[in-house]
Amino acid sequence: MAELSKNDEALVDSPDRTGVQPPAAEAKPAGTAGAPVDRGEPILRVRNLVKHFPMTQGILFKKKIGAVKAVDGVSFDLHQGETLGIVGESGCGKSTVAKLLMSLETATSGEVFYKGQDITRLSGRALKAVRRNIQMVFQDPYTSLNPRMTVGDIIGEPFDIHPEVAPKGDRSRRVQELLDVVGLNPEYINRYPHQFSGGQRQRIGIARGLALNPEIIVCDEPVSALDVSVQAQVINLMGKLQDEFDLSYVFIAHDLSIVRHISDRVGVMYLGRMAEIGTDTQIYDHPTHPYTQALLSAVPVPDPESREVRERIILSGDVPSPANPPSGCSFRTRCWKAEDKCATEVPLLAVPERFAGRDTPAAHESACHFAEEKDVVHAA
Amino acid sequence: MTIIETTADVPAPRGDRQHEGPLLEVRDLHVEFHTRDGVTKAVNGVNYSVSAGETLAVLGESGSGKSVTAQAVMGILDMPPGRIPKGEILFRGQDMLRMSAEERRALRGRKIAMIFQDALSSLNPVLSVGYQLGEMFRVHEGLSKKEAKAKAIELMDKVKIPAAAARVGDYPHQFSGGMRQRIMIAMALALEPDLIIADEPTTALDVTVQAQVMDLLAELQAEYNMGLILITHDLGVVADVADRIAVMYAGRIVETAPVHELYQRPAHPYTRGLLDSIPRLDQKGEELYAIKGLPPNLTRIPTGCAFNPRCPKAGDVCRTDVPALHQVTEQDGTELPGRGSACHFWKETIHG
Repeated sequence: MAELSKNDEALVDSPDRTGVQPPAAEAKPAGTAGAPVDRGEPILRVRNLVKHFPMTQGILFKKKIGAVKAVDGVSFDLHQGETLGIVGESGCGKSTVAKLLMSLETATSGEVFYKGQDITRLSGRALKAVRRNIQMVFQDPYTSLNPRMTVGDIIGEPFDIHPEVAPKGDRSRRVQELLDVVGLNPEYINRYPHQFSGGQRQRIGIARGLALNPEIIVCDEPVSALDVSVQAQVINLMGKLQDEFDLSYVFIAHDLSIVRHISDRVGVMYLGRMAEIGTDTQIYDHPTHPYTQALLSAVPVPDPESREVRERIILSGDVPSPANPPSGCSFRTRCWKAEDKCATEVPLLAVPERFAGRDTPAAHESACHFAEEKDVVHAA
Repeated sequence: MTIIETTADVPAPRGDRQHEGPLLEVRDLHVEFHTRDGVTKAVNGVNYSVSAGETLAVLGESGSGKSVTAQAVMGILDMPPGRIPKGEILFRGQDMLRMSAEERRALRGRKIAMIFQDALSSLNPVLSVGYQLGEMFRVHEGLSKKEAKAKAIELMDKVKIPAAAARVGDYPHQFSGGMRQRIMIAMALALEPDLIIADEPTTALDVTVQAQVMDLLAELQAEYNMGLILITHDLGVVADVADRIAVMYAGRIVETAPVHELYQRPAHPYTRGLLDSIPRLDQKGEELYAIKGLPPNLTRIPTGCAFNPRCPKAGDVCRTDVPALHQVTEQDGTELPGRGSACHFWKETIHG
């Protein structure tokens, strides 16, 4: 499948790109395995990303009365061929991060560097060129496909916007190839979405995401609407495609065991901020942030034997409103370790001092004043 | 179809608290829907029973008939297009399907209550939660508005809603998802029923809130010694709270077992497939086990065992004969109490 190679050349050739091309595109690592630390320049660098949605009052003369701080300073890197999992409860801002990465929302402040270029400042043709390389797979396979379009039209629509990827006469062949890649019968090209099951529709959504040979796919809860037996099929497909096309995934989900299975690194979000980020082993086996510990301990483990022995941390109350987050550490209202310091000082996302420089899996970035390792029975 | 639970044939005295045997017993229940595309056979001969204080988890994927069975038990099935051609639903020995609408109405809410999945769409958005909670007392017990409101506050306290007295006049949209689910639980508990059916009570909630709600439910169940039917697709939740499990597929129960044994030694290929498709630590990065194919269309259920097109063990007999729910035994033939498997090859599945 020669057509589905990377479009680096096309990008370099595109006339509207400024000359800030880093050598990252060439520094492609050989395999997909291995430590992500040694990968050189990340393909995506997110720095202090902020998105505040204004709250207004009045109809004619809209008055700004506050802001919902959906994303409040999020930073992370994504390397080529890597999967970064982002977990968190509803309302923690993980879907807003996805939209910001896709430039579907304009960031209030902060930068998203794709190969050294800040995409939050781009518009017009430059943005269009970048978007070709960052695609998205949506959560709900029922509402994200237009019921009046055939599968061929849905998967082929990206080619209308980026005609340089596939010449007109070639499109239906390309669509059939894509259907084949995601494990659907290429003869289904003229069917409508309602003729498919949920899992098959999610495959159509994935095929649409793959159409432009992107380098990064942002997956916003891609399997949470699917049944258990079908989830595994879709997860396997995504893993296979990653190996085949050297894709980088940002995998947003609330199912911790699936995130662990697919991710190389995991970030835990709470109220618009990153609470803790590290490799999957660091986060799942050596969490240092109390929220991560509570989250992991609350996940029901599919093993009745652990029922009695498992220590569970049950948080009290609900997530505070992002319109009016607590001062200092946003988790302090539900935290059992909270002290006065937590109410005044915002903890920074950094390797905790006590672990700094030590060769321990607990030495990863955690935004807590009192970060300490706690062995919770983790989501296996 | 063999009935596994050996609790049957006790023609119990009417409405007697001393009725022995299970609280609720469903026998050979069939439910079908008549649609334009033909007859959808949603439930095809389900048998299960629940005793007081016991938690039965009904596990299955969407379309397996787990919710339809529960709706039939509650008597809230839309009829038509729904129809119950066959079966018995015995509550304390009385067949509810033969009762008059009035008799069923008296049982519903007072003896059997239900907690629905989506609290936001199950609560009336234009009535205050206090009014909706109080409705149970006004309708069933004839209390005055004032008394009912006092009872509503009491209930909200019971399910640990902070500042209950101040919030009794609030509307559903003013509560968070977890709090709304607590209100649903409070409503189900209002008249201290003997049996609660919880249909995916925590599916819409976040894990930290899910843990709170499941804890609350377990606490209240123990306090009132209620029977609980927990309908879910989450293998994790089931492992945490269930006593017994019934696994459903295409409108049938394919396996029943006590919770520990089901996870240790599944006796049906479908259950085994479900358990194997959970991501495990030692398989990180490898391919997950996936049950191939899709659940069947209920208007065209495959002949023989409904699972045969997806089953790795399927043989010729599976395509022709519907397997009965066999009693599962140890290799030496000793019966394993409460275990059944509707598979022709259950022996190979559990022992081989």
